[in-house]
Amino acid sequence: MAFSSFAAFVAMGGHGPYVWAAWGVTALLMIACVWHARVERRLLIRILARRARREKMRPPQSGKVAPNPFQASQADDT
Amino acid sequence: MWTFIHKWGSPKWFYVMSAKLQPLFWMVSLLLIVTGTVWGLAFAPADYQQGDSFRIIYVHVPAAFLAQSIFVSMALASLVFVVWKIKVADMAAKVMAPLGAVMTFVALFSGAVWGVPTWGTWWMWDARLTSMLILLFLFLGVIALRGAFASRDSGSKAASVLAMVGVINIPIIKYSVDWWFTLHQPATFTLTSRPAMPTEMWLPLLVMVLGFYCFFIALTLMRTRNEILRREINKRWVMDLFQEAR
Repeated sequence: MAFSSFAAFVAMGGHGPYVWAAWGVTALLMIACVWHARVERRLLIRILARRARREKMRPPQSGKVAPNPFQASQADDT
Repeated sequence: MWTFIHKWGSPKWFYVMSAKLQPLFWMVSLLLIVTGTVWGLAFAPADYQQGDSFRIIYVHVPAAFLAQSIFVSMALASLVFVVWKIKVADMAAKVMAPLGAVMTFVALFSGAVWGVPTWGTWWMWDARLTSMLILLFLFLGVIALRGAFASRDSGSKAASVLAMVGVINIPIIKYSVDWWFTLHQPATFTLTSRPAMPTEMWLPLLVMVLGFYCFFIALTLMRTRNEILRREINKRWVMDLFQEAR
């Protein structure tokens, strides 16, 4: 252990604000990245599950598939 | 070897196989980062000149390494996409860019915060600092360029070209400290010699660097999977995946 007490650990030999700011921002941004990826995944799964349910209710010979909602803006340049 | 590449180039194969690899990388990364954090913050000895402010190294250096590695990975993925038209490579290149920008920002921010007590300034137009700032702009440029086209294909191609051209900046960052020695210190680690640091200081740093790399792999797998679902939403196998689930 490089510190004699918890207070000394927090103070970081007078450099506390610098050390904790660097670590805090790093941790915050990395956690935000993971959180964003999880939200993204949950959203996609919700959309896909809803589509799967709709497909099931439709008669199978209709053969038509709903358009990809993520490609809505690209419909006219193909 | 070629069948291996072809299998991983298939979105379905990638989606199924990455599901198994992903938890492993998350676990290893969490373990390494927690170990490195506790070790670096509480157990590593203080620097005899800088005192405890040197502990910023344990986030600064891994972030800076990773930022540059992400750019190279992104450029390689872009090359694979442009040459062999492998779509998974383009998806991987796309999802890497934001994390690369975040890591470059972390390196710049932690460096600035470290500079205040150590150099007496948070910013100087030093070669290393400037080339890292350019890296941040390159990441942002790649992201913006991809979004600037109405068609996804044109966006992918333009972003790939910028990524491949921008890779020129990586050797400039690496050698900037030797070519224009102004403020930033030269590399702490080289492949050819032992680090100029005692073991109990560089070992936690190595743990952190490995942890950051595993984090990058895990997050890239996860977000490439998201991107596959988004692009293949109308493919039979994606629908089957969700019809079986209920």
